[in-house]
Amino acid sequence: MPRVTQLLINGVKFSVDVDAGASLLSVLREDLDLTGSKYGCGEGQCGACTVLLGGAPRRSCITPVGDAARKPITTIEGLEKDGRLHPVQQAFLDEGVMQCGYCTAGMIMTTVGLLKVRPDPSDEEIAHYLEGHICRCGTYPRIMAAVRRAAKSMQEVRS
Amino acid sequence: MNTPREFPMSIEPERYELHAGRTYHFDLPRRDFFKVLGGGIIIFCLRDTLLDAQEAGRNRRRPEQALPQEISAWLHVNENGQVTVYTGKVEVGQNIRTSLTQAVAEELSVAPGSVHLLMGDTDRVPFDMGTFGSRTTPTMNPQLRRAASAAREALIGLAAQAWNVDHAKLRAANGAVTDPESQRTASYADLAKGRELAQAIPAEDPLTPAAQWKVMGQPLAKVTGRDIVTGRHRYPSDIKLPGMLYGKVLRPPAYGAKLTALDSHDAEAIPGVTVVHDGNFVGVAAPSTRVAESALAALHATWNSPPKQTSSDALFEYLKKNAGQGEERVGHVVGSIEKGLADASQRLAQTYTVAYIAHAPLEPRAAVAEWKDGKLSVWTGTQRPFGVRGELAETFRLPEDHVRVVMPDMGSGYGGKHTGETAVEAARLAQAARHPVKLVWTREEEFTWAYFRPAGVIEVSAGLAGDGAITAWEFHNYNSGGAAITTLYNIPNQRIQFHPVESPLRQGSYRSLAAAANHFARESFMDELAHLAKMDPLDFRLKNLTDARLRDALQAAARKFGWGQSKPQPGHGFGIAGGFDKGGYIATCAEVAVDSASHQVRVVRVVSAFDCGAVVNPDGLRNQVEGANNMGIGGALFEAIQFENGRILNPHFAQYRVPRFSDAPAMEVHLIDRKDVPSAGAGETPIVGIAPAIGNAIFAATGQRLRSLPMAPKGL
Repeated sequence: MPRVTQLLINGVKFSVDVDAGASLLSVLREDLDLTGSKYGCGEGQCGACTVLLGGAPRRSCITPVGDAARKPITTIEGLEKDGRLHPVQQAFLDEGVMQCGYCTAGMIMTTVGLLKVRPDPSDEEIAHYLEGHICRCGTYPRIMAAVRRAAKSMQEVRS
Repeated sequence: MNTPREFPMSIEPERYELHAGRTYHFDLPRRDFFKVLGGGIIIFCLRDTLLDAQEAGRNRRRPEQALPQEISAWLHVNENGQVTVYTGKVEVGQNIRTSLTQAVAEELSVAPGSVHLLMGDTDRVPFDMGTFGSRTTPTMNPQLRRAASAAREALIGLAAQAWNVDHAKLRAANGAVTDPESQRTASYADLAKGRELAQAIPAEDPLTPAAQWKVMGQPLAKVTGRDIVTGRHRYPSDIKLPGMLYGKVLRPPAYGAKLTALDSHDAEAIPGVTVVHDGNFVGVAAPSTRVAESALAALHATWNSPPKQTSSDALFEYLKKNAGQGEERVGHVVGSIEKGLADASQRLAQTYTVAYIAHAPLEPRAAVAEWKDGKLSVWTGTQRPFGVRGELAETFRLPEDHVRVVMPDMGSGYGGKHTGETAVEAARLAQAARHPVKLVWTREEEFTWAYFRPAGVIEVSAGLAGDGAITAWEFHNYNSGGAAITTLYNIPNQRIQFHPVESPLRQGSYRSLAAAANHFARESFMDELAHLAKMDPLDFRLKNLTDARLRDALQAAARKFGWGQSKPQPGHGFGIAGGFDKGGYIATCAEVAVDSASHQVRVVRVVSAFDCGAVVNPDGLRNQVEGANNMGIGGALFEAIQFENGRILNPHFAQYRVPRFSDAPAMEVHLIDRKDVPSAGAGETPIVGIAPAIGNAIFAATGQRLRSLPMAPKGL
């Protein structure tokens, strides 16, 4: 099995030495102690492990680290810049979304990815895009509201 | 192997997981430990005989208890004026870290930001039975307020002494004591500096009435919100210790299968791997989860054939057939059923069923265990840190003061994380590997080796008088449980009984216990009776109901929903249901749409009205009600555990469908803020209204009455 020795995560080069077939999630969490990305199912069914790979949301639990090594990786830890939250993070706070918050990182990462390609998504598009994410606490209406709020605030910044 | 444990009477019998014996039996040595407390101003919260039976477990003998048992919590104002509150309650997503912070800030007159709650660390907080039964708001909230109030009075006392002014003339506000006359002010930090004052709160300590609340009664954002959105918060499964290994446990292929032979040679040959085989336990510890998985796969285990066991298809027949073998408590009897039926002009009898469902908390059970100097420390996700400490002490034959359990705010539980098997497994692996070990259950393990919400069969029959009054009510619940089994409707003749059954699957507490099942049967049946009486479902309920709070909730939900104001469009239906449990009154209206081609049911709109007394945090409370409704849609429409011969057939999210975005309806929550009534908990009761409201709406839309939960796993 080929090895992976370097990863670009949140703009920082990390040295590792792992099998290319290892899941990206396991490398993030165990080798690099970046625990913001969560294990929820290990099967790509719940979205808790979502990171951005080259800007697009990917389920890190079913992504071999060898695939991830070729592209820049963004995790939840990389969204805050100089103490300023990303608008999507801020929107999740402002909408009072969280109960246990375990699904939140994945939800935020997919939302960041969504708003890159659809800056003004409809409710149907939001629900469709996030359908692969589970929030067992059932905060779906608030997540929807947070995505709408984030879209609005990011558009205001652009205009 | 199953030695029953003793619990106080206040623990409901259906919390089966708390009554079961321990899973593993190991041999271990023992050693002593220490305990330290900080200085400053410390207020002890003494137990109140009225409030504490469950939290204290006062009937339980605890000779090894390190702290005086009569202390339920304490509060510390340090020399910088920062407030730390110590409580055994834990944060599992129900938002009590925030609501309890509000409680302390309110009475101590400080900003919520200067209050920190230290929760669920058994070495540092007073004993607490556990965070379940919606008990935190009615019990811990007033206790912490009393402690905070006493601390405020102590600080005022220090200022009064220093300034030689009458105590009663001084005021506390914004973390400082002020003398309005002289305009002198001293911050709490100034007053606490150089002090070592410890006192118990007085027996009578008046609390600020709800009408005068400034911090409570207002929304306060989740105090850990920023740590969560940045990924900084460490959940139990995120804990990492130096030198830590990763564990995996070998599971039997089916419940009841016994290991007959194990060849661990290949697994042990993998560098860094420790294999543990102790009784019925087989596990591995390795430098990474990846290596642990390889080691597990390299174990050659032989299992005997498990005994033949029943299946989900035959479940309800099984439950009825096996009822009455255990000891039954006396049921609830009022008047005479025979007389009530004789008075009736119409009679109806129906049977409802409820499937086993899984909690499926998004964070699976997780534990990190470390042995150091003969003392065991475990970080784990549990609603009962002290209960898990007891399990560990018992399993490893340690005095309880040699065991520390720490519970970082976890990724939810819903009643599913009351037991400590992951902690025990991690501790056994760590003991053998001589390194800390982390064990995180896989989703499949979580679906298979945790416990389920009990399945059940519920038989209901009733008699109706010509005017729509219910004359007789008989209600039998087989296995699912006795929570909220009695009815608030005014019925002169009742016979209500819970019949325990030896469950084929491991079952235990689930959000609201059996209140959800009993409300499903009761409120669906009320709808059937309304139909029989040719009355509007709301009118029929109100005719048979004098309880003012439930009437208010039903009428409020109906008003906000527009009940009776408009007709549903074709293919849509409206349903209503109400209920009461654990001090809270819920009424829920639902609109469903049934697709005529695909026969799929979609919940379009939900309106709930909820009364749980004086509202502590309206935004947090709304979130709980919304979440309960969304979670409840799963149990109502499609969640069910399928099993056969000791195997779970759908232990993955791809097979076990939980509510997702497209299932979430438009939702409105109306809070009935009763400032004249003590606050009740709210994490559980709102869930009881949604399933019957949906079922009743499906009936209204289609004329089809669905009496089994889940109602439409594959559409109608």
